[in-house]
Amino acid sequence: MLNISNLGITFTQYDQGLHRKQLTVITDLDLTVQAGEVVAVVGASGSGKSLLAHALLGILPDNAQLSGMMVFQEKPLTQRRCEALRGKAISLIPQSVGYLDPLMTVGRQVQRVGQLNGLSSRTAKTLRNRTFVRYELPSYTPKRYPFQLSGGMARRVLVSTAAMTQARLVIADEPTPGLHPDVVTETLSHLRELAQEGRGVILITNDIEAALQVADRVAVFYAGTTVEIADAQDFTTGNLRHPYTQALWRSLPQNDFLPVPGNQPSSDNLPMGCLYGDRCSWGTAECEKARPELRFVRQGWVRCIHAEG
Amino acid sequence: MLKGEGLWFRYSAKLPWVVREQSITVMPGEVVGLVAPSGYGKTTLGKLLAGYLTPSHGRITLDEQPLPGRGYCPVQLVFQNPELSVNPRWRVDRILREEHPPQIHYLDALGIHPSWMTRYPHELSGGELQRVAIARVLNRNTRYLIADEMTAMLDANTQALIWQVVLSFARQYHVGIIVISHNQPLLQRICQQGHLPTERHIVNLVSDQQSSHRPASDVSITTS
Repeated sequence: MLNISNLGITFTQYDQGLHRKQLTVITDLDLTVQAGEVVAVVGASGSGKSLLAHALLGILPDNAQLSGMMVFQEKPLTQRRCEALRGKAISLIPQSVGYLDPLMTVGRQVQRVGQLNGLSSRTAKTLRNRTFVRYELPSYTPKRYPFQLSGGMARRVLVSTAAMTQARLVIADEPTPGLHPDVVTETLSHLRELAQEGRGVILITNDIEAALQVADRVAVFYAGTTVEIADAQDFTTGNLRHPYTQALWRSLPQNDFLPVPGNQPSSDNLPMGCLYGDRCSWGTAECEKARPELRFVRQGWVRCIHAEG
Repeated sequence: MLKGEGLWFRYSAKLPWVVREQSITVMPGEVVGLVAPSGYGKTTLGKLLAGYLTPSHGRITLDEQPLPGRGYCPVQLVFQNPELSVNPRWRVDRILREEHPPQIHYLDALGIHPSWMTRYPHELSGGELQRVAIARVLNRNTRYLIADEMTAMLDANTQALIWQVVLSFARQYHVGIIVISHNQPLLQRICQQGHLPTERHIVNLVSDQQSSHRPASDVSITTS
């Protein structure tokens, strides 16, 4: 349904005076999402997770240039098509109630989503009430303002905004940080339900554990590139292909809790070769020559010349 | 020893109690985990202990003395969200030099790049800025550290890096740490790294608001 290949995003910045410089923040990003599937996107901050969401919704700033291909439902996703589809065929579940209008009751806001999707105000209201019942929100919820919701209620209201639409693709941006485990599990099961209705779901998160609970596949981003796309069970069965993914998995507190030293390369000074090269224990001279291509290894995709089948 | 005894707190006389009858003790060098569902007053308890809020009843003592009212507080609080805990109009080096500049090797260990020094907070990512906020408290005047969901918004690798540095700092200077977190594996991991014999006690962090419509559940404080 969604097919992103070799996506690149470059920002043009003014450096000094009229000197412009190019800042490449995303290089060679690949991702596919099928209908009925939850794909988790994990990676450190600054690895391009949020920019991907912004690109899909067409809300990148004016100084950004896109390269590569984004294909949604067999047709290329252009800026104009993004604008036409967002909120309708492509929907975002935002990170917090901070994204809602603080001066409008949540009932009116969620109803408005339906109306913007072409429903009459009465049908939208009925659908909203049905959606709130489905997510077991108390009957007084529509009259509440965003700040009056508890953490768990807020999550359910935000999921409702996506469930109200006919969206084929739902993007959930960091829906679970700092939440109680019960609320996390509940939010994730709502995402799974959206997928079971035949939608594609992209779950952007830092929480690998949460991602593995619900996702079919996990895409791992590093410094603006897709380093690996693995099945969720590859993590627990030790079938990971890329050294960064392996390091990320080992650094969990329930595993070795050992970090890899160093930082992601900064976007104004990207190396010629593999972006992970300076932190990699497998590194050889060959890694510095060129960026590795995405390869199909052991039923998953990996961007490393040393990964073996 | 940092000690809170019989702490009660509410934001005004009309509002329900947020913290009711809580007591907590942390020894130098001890790592204590604090777990409770949201809304049970964990963060408020942390703010009381660090002197951000004054308890309605009860008292907080540091080595039998009340917390100092001015100057650098020996009990430091690190929040989940660094954007809200640094001055957005100060550059990174000024943020770090506000009180006691951290030693260079902590900056290196946290991966704080020298080029960040001239940047403003909004020019760093959340994970980068959180390292700055943590570096700020890693000095000898910090005796106790309260980490309120300190690494919840960070990736696993950065989380491991930060805790490695913070725990080695705590060992070196005998700093006591209270860790507020929902992440059970993390608590299991770091609360076991201390050198004191293992004991566990259970306290109830229940507030008026929750007890009416939620079953009172046990809240555990694990001590290492």
